[in-house]
Amino acid sequence: MSVIVLAEHTQGTFRKKTFEAVQYAAAIAQSMGASVTAVALGSVADSELQSLGQYGAAKVLHVADANLDNFSSRAYTKALVTVAQKEGAKVIVALHDVSGKAVAPRVAAQLKAGMVAGAVSHPDLSKGFVIKKTVFSGKAFAFVNITSDVKVVTLMPNTFAVTKGEGTANVEKLDVNFDDKDFGITVKEVNKVTGTVPLTEAELVVSGGRGMKGPENWHILEDLAGSLGAALACSRPVADSHWRPHHEHVGQTGGTIRPNLYIAVGISGAIQHLAGVNGSKTIVVINKDPEAPFFKAADYGVVGDAMEIVPRLTEAVKKFRESHN
Amino acid sequence: MKILVCISQVPDTTTKIAFADNNTHFSTQGVQFIINPYDEWYALVRALELKESGVANTVNLVTVGKADAEPVIRKALALGGDEAIRIDTDSSDPYVVAAQIAAYAKSENYDLVLCGKESIDYNNGVTGAMLAEMLDMNYVGFATKLDMTGSTAIVKREIEGGEETDACSLPLVVSCQKGMAEARIPNMRGIMAARTKPLKVVAAADVQPVSNIVSYELPPAKTGVKMINPENMDELVSLLHTEAKVI
Repeated sequence: MSVIVLAEHTQGTFRKKTFEAVQYAAAIAQSMGASVTAVALGSVADSELQSLGQYGAAKVLHVADANLDNFSSRAYTKALVTVAQKEGAKVIVALHDVSGKAVAPRVAAQLKAGMVAGAVSHPDLSKGFVIKKTVFSGKAFAFVNITSDVKVVTLMPNTFAVTKGEGTANVEKLDVNFDDKDFGITVKEVNKVTGTVPLTEAELVVSGGRGMKGPENWHILEDLAGSLGAALACSRPVADSHWRPHHEHVGQTGGTIRPNLYIAVGISGAIQHLAGVNGSKTIVVINKDPEAPFFKAADYGVVGDAMEIVPRLTEAVKKFRESHN
Repeated sequence: MKILVCISQVPDTTTKIAFADNNTHFSTQGVQFIINPYDEWYALVRALELKESGVANTVNLVTVGKADAEPVIRKALALGGDEAIRIDTDSSDPYVVAAQIAAYAKSENYDLVLCGKESIDYNNGVTGAMLAEMLDMNYVGFATKLDMTGSTAIVKREIEGGEETDACSLPLVVSCQKGMAEARIPNMRGIMAARTKPLKVVAAADVQPVSNIVSYELPPAKTGVKMINPENMDELVSLLHTEAKVI
C-alpha cells in the first residue's frame, strides 16, 4: 500500500512547495501505515530526486521522457495513473497549483476517485477520510469526506511549515508508453516574469488599493516590498483601472493567497477582497479612514496617510534587517 | 464548430455565509444566486464572441441542478446561446457534477467545452479537467485568451510566474479566467429572446458520489486589532518580529 505524490519541478529543481507536498504525503502515509512514492516527470538529476528523502519519500519513480519537460495534463495523468496502479496507491497527492489543478482531477476521473481540491489539513482518519478545505472563496471551510477506495488530494501551498530531515530516497526509472494523443498541445511561447516571487507562493505580501490614489505612487509599496522581500498584490479596483497588472489582483474574483504576512495599504476591506486574503496568518492594515472595515479583520492597524507611513515603515524594516544580519 | 459552456449557479459575491442544521448545510435563506462570474464573464462571453465572429455555429449551455437553477440558466441565455440543458440533479461532489455533464455531452460531439476556472462557492476548479478526462479531450486550465486558427485553438494560459501560449488540437476543454473577455450586461432583447429559447431538462445519469461534505466552519474571528502609533513604525516591525513572528 502506498501514498503517491506528484513531485513538481521547475527545470529540474524542486521548490519549497514540492517539499511541502512530499512531507504532507509522508504524514498521510505514516497515519495509514503506508510508504510514500514520489513521482517525478521529465528531466531531473538523480541527486535532486534523492533529496526528496529528506522530506519523507522512501522511493522516487522517475519517468525521464524528455517530452514531459513540457507540461501535458494527459501525459502526466497517464504517468500518475500507471504508477498508482503499479504501486496499489490508496492516496494520490498533488499541489493545488496551476499544474496540480490540471492533472489531479484527470487522475481522479480516470480512477473514479473522490477528490478534495485545496486541502488545508491532514485527513482525519477517525471519521473516514475527512479533510478541511476553503469554500466560498475563503469565507468558510468545509470538511469533506472521501468515500471511494482511492483518494485524490491537492494541497494548498503554504499550508504547512516545511522541515528538512535526514534520508535519501531510492530512485527507480520507469517507462510509460505515451502516444501522440498524450501530447496534443504544443507550447508556442512562454513569457515569464523573472526575479519576482510568485504571489501564491510568497510568504510576505504588500498590497495596495484605491487609497494609493494612482499608479505613480506605487514606488513606495515597491520599496516596502523590496525591503521585506515581499511580493506585490492589489485590490480589484486597482486592477480594473489598469494601475497594476491583473495577475496581482487578489480577492474573490482574483487570486486567493495565504501568506504569513499581508500588509494592506489603502484598501477598505470589502467582503470580496477579504475572501481572497483572510487565510493570511497576520494582517496589517494601513488606512487613513479609522472606520475602514478591514481593521476588523486585521491583527495590526495604523491610521494615517499611506504616503507618510509606508516610507517610515520601509525605513524601520531596513533598520531591523540591518541589525538582524 | 459546436461549443458547450458549463454554467454553475453560486451565491452572490456579497453574500454573508451562514450554515444551518448544526453547520451541516449552507443556509440559502435570503441568498441571491448568480451565474458563477468565471463562467459568465469569461467562458460564456468568449463563446458568444466566437459565434458572433462566425467561428462557432452553436453555443449551448449546460448546468447541473434542480429546478431552482432555472432562473440562473435563463439569465445566461439572455446573454446569448442557442439552447440550455439542465441536468436534473444536485450534488456537492465535483466528480458527480463532471460525470453528469460528461454523460450528456458524450454523444453530442462538442469541439470545445468552456467553463470558468472555478466556482466561487466550492472553489474546487476541477470540473473542466475531469470532463476532459471523461470525454477524452485535451485540457487547458486558467486560460486568459482563446482564438481559433482553422481547427487549432491558440490558447494563452497562466503558468507559474508568467504566461504560456499553446496550440491545441480539438476537441478541447478550456477553463477560463480574467482576460478572456469583457463582462456583458444582458439587454432587453436578449432577456425577451431567452424566454422562448429551449431549456431541455435531462434526467440524471446513475452516478454514485465519491465524496460528501460532512460539516462547515466559519473562520475564527480575529481577537481584535492592535492599533499602532503612525509615528512609531519601529514598534510595528518589532511586533511583527517578536509577537507575530512573521519577519
